[in-house]
Amino acid sequence: MNPSPLHTTLRVRRYNPEQDHPAPYYQEYDLSFDSSDSVLDGLIKIRETIDDSLTLRCSCRGAICGSCGMRINGHATLACKTKMISVTQPGDTIDVEPMNNMPVIKDLVTDMAPFWEKIRQVQPWLRPAEPAPLAEYLAPPESMNHLAGVMSCIMCGVCVSDCTVLEVDKTFIGPAALAKAYRFVADPRDTSTTLRLETLNQPSGMWDCTRCMECIQVCPKGVGPMDRIMALRSKGLEQKVPSTCGSRHAEVFTDIIKHKGILDEPMLALRTFGLKHVGRLLEMIPMVLQSAFKGKVPLSGPLHRPIPGIQQIQRLFKRVRRKS
Amino acid sequence: MTSPPTYDVLVIGAGLAGMRAALSAHQQGASVAILTKVHPVRSHSNAAQGGINAALTDRGDKWEDHAFETVKGSDYLADQDAVEVLAQDAGHDIITLEHMGVIFNRNDEGQLGTRRFGGQKKARTFFVSDFTGQAMLHVLYEQLMQANLPVYEEWFVTSLVKDDQGHCAGLVAFEMRTGQFSLFCAKTVIMASGGLGRVYEPSTNALICTGDGMAVAYRAGAPLMDMEMVQYHPTTLKGKGLLITEAARGEGAYLLNKQGERFMKQYAPTMLELASRDVVSRAEQIEINEGRGVNGCVFLDCRHLGRAFLQERLGQIYAEAQTFANIDLAEELLPIRPGMHYQMGGIKTDTEGRCWDIQGQWNGLPGLFAAGETACVSLHGGNRLGANSLLDTIVFGRRAGQCAADYARTIPSPTISAHRLDADQQLVATIMARKGPGERAAALRLEMGTTMNRYVSVFREQEGLETARQHIQALKMRWTDVTIHDKGQVFNTGMIAVLELGFMLDCAEAIIEGALTRTESRGAHFRTDYLDRDDEDWLKHILLYHQPGSTPRIDFLPVHITQWQPQIRVY
Repeated sequence: MNPSPLHTTLRVRRYNPEQDHPAPYYQEYDLSFDSSDSVLDGLIKIRETIDDSLTLRCSCRGAICGSCGMRINGHATLACKTKMISVTQPGDTIDVEPMNNMPVIKDLVTDMAPFWEKIRQVQPWLRPAEPAPLAEYLAPPESMNHLAGVMSCIMCGVCVSDCTVLEVDKTFIGPAALAKAYRFVADPRDTSTTLRLETLNQPSGMWDCTRCMECIQVCPKGVGPMDRIMALRSKGLEQKVPSTCGSRHAEVFTDIIKHKGILDEPMLALRTFGLKHVGRLLEMIPMVLQSAFKGKVPLSGPLHRPIPGIQQIQRLFKRVRRKS
Repeated sequence: MTSPPTYDVLVIGAGLAGMRAALSAHQQGASVAILTKVHPVRSHSNAAQGGINAALTDRGDKWEDHAFETVKGSDYLADQDAVEVLAQDAGHDIITLEHMGVIFNRNDEGQLGTRRFGGQKKARTFFVSDFTGQAMLHVLYEQLMQANLPVYEEWFVTSLVKDDQGHCAGLVAFEMRTGQFSLFCAKTVIMASGGLGRVYEPSTNALICTGDGMAVAYRAGAPLMDMEMVQYHPTTLKGKGLLITEAARGEGAYLLNKQGERFMKQYAPTMLELASRDVVSRAEQIEINEGRGVNGCVFLDCRHLGRAFLQERLGQIYAEAQTFANIDLAEELLPIRPGMHYQMGGIKTDTEGRCWDIQGQWNGLPGLFAAGETACVSLHGGNRLGANSLLDTIVFGRRAGQCAADYARTIPSPTISAHRLDADQQLVATIMARKGPGERAAALRLEMGTTMNRYVSVFREQEGLETARQHIQALKMRWTDVTIHDKGQVFNTGMIAVLELGFMLDCAEAIIEGALTRTESRGAHFRTDYLDRDDEDWLKHILLYHQPGSTPRIDFLPVHITQWQPQIRVY
């Protein structure tokens, strides 16, 4: 009845803090599996029949509890949702590693405390109008349907694991917390939208995302954290929260393109940082010199001419404005 | 040695019932903490998909109708005073959830919208797409963060502790991250640790649902009630047994057999696919047993609902069918079968969550409360209606929290000896010290699970139940030789699996003893050797008291009837 079993090798990054000189190492486990088995099934099989010291968190098996976030072949995902057949050729290996951007406790178990600390920072609870009505708060059905897309977040940490900003800047609040913040900013029942946006406007907040799209790519629930971050930025600009380097960067970028059709990079830096952040401008000097050394000195100001056909770009701008 | 952490109310478990209990005890001014073996949002309440019932009077619904349908669904084994409380409190508790931030689906007027669910004639199920449990769980966790209550995350409870008067005075637990044991003192303990699905294989339940709370309370003296009442859900996936929500049928999906017939016409001519779960599961099993299934399954047909509708209202199972069964619900039939889903029985409580037993007093374990699936109020009797379990957690979680906080005010802080953790520490050390190629916990669990699923499932009879009893007894003996190879202290999940297996074996035994005792067919408990419901002899609850080293002591409690006399149950 069953087709003949397939074979793979799970190459698992292990870490035992109780060893004399704890250091991560890789261990390989040969495994037979069938086409419906997930990586989690494979790991459970190892734990139950080969090596009970292999340690991971898992619970629901159905991509709803968010316990089994880990990196499979270099990208974070839920092990229960990843079929082995989809990440390997029969006979080949599958790399399994703990999530990034958080400390490892043991094997595939990471310390999620810093993750939750950042969630807490956005004060993730509804602040509705007081006093509460006797019945429910009224809300348009489409707004609740829209929020369902964000509420499907299961806080698995996968987006945080693979966030490329967090890799270089631990202070960044991160995609999960920002998506959570959006859930309140977009909730018509919440009364502290402005306050929330002002907080998110601070350094390490919503302007620190570099839009690498990795979180959208890896999110196992289709939450699209980066899209939520962009929506937060738009709302911030709409609400005229005080300008920051981040918001000015976006505005100046748009303005330059609108007028010249091509980016004037020195001007972008000058206008984004302004005199207020002259220090950060000065920090850029070595990079400018290095670029110059390689013959990459962009023209700027009046020397930087609009591209031919700029009218077409401007028409596009008008059309987008009209649509939104 | 420093004195152990001490609280008025200590809650075990951080699913919906546990968090709701903790929040309400906190609002009453009690000092509260939660201990949980997983982070709160990893709890199994997540898995409740379809919705939560309430009869809102301003929508022209009547709480009496909800209560009656719950009683009928229970096959008249539910205590009607408890059901009345549930149905009357439902509206208020759902509005409270909405005020906390749950993004319930709305109608065009912006009010809460409803869908239909099984065993009920009216649409009174409020929902968030098909992840209602998750949407509620995350909002309660938001409230918990706001209240800033202490949560001992990833702590594993090994036993309850009594003071010299036999009053529940706290518990013993170890921190999974360090393996370090600690004693916790509390005036009251609320057990809200969820169900026991892993006693069965397969089961819709998460791997964490191992009956810990039931077993720990049972061992400490609290009675378990109606444990034979194990619900098989009509729509689970083959293989690992993942759940497909009843909301699919609530939204209009059909059940078909091999011939493409809507076979429920024969079994429940009026309610069809939306008859109560025990009725639908039995019907499916008969179809399968009589050769009208395919590979041990019948089919769920969602094709006529349309892709857009499926994606919006049933998005999770739409994705689940794709990922886990490789089926496109908009185009194909989904093979499904009955699978173990829910324990109606549990730690006996009254309507305030107190684990009161026979004389309406705390004879078992004074000071212990329980709520949620781990408890048995009894609301669900012989069969729980879909979308009543979320309601159960919210209503009785809140009530247990309030009552525990009030009760804690009337008693002094307990004192317990630091040596109360010695026995548990010793047990773990003993398991750890076992050498050699002993059996693995996982192998024993699989044997237990398949035994239960074979002999104690939709259909049961004396001989099979006795076979199961023998198997479980043998497994209990073998449990004492189980070995683990990981000898570490940090996150030793092998050790946890052994302890959980010990708990599950006690639960399995209780289920079997209940099933052997009840010589009638009622609700989910269908005996092929006693085909009829027998109200004369069996309109009563079965209580089981743990007796170390022997089978439980059995006692009975009359069913509390208020306004609905038992009738013949037809759907």
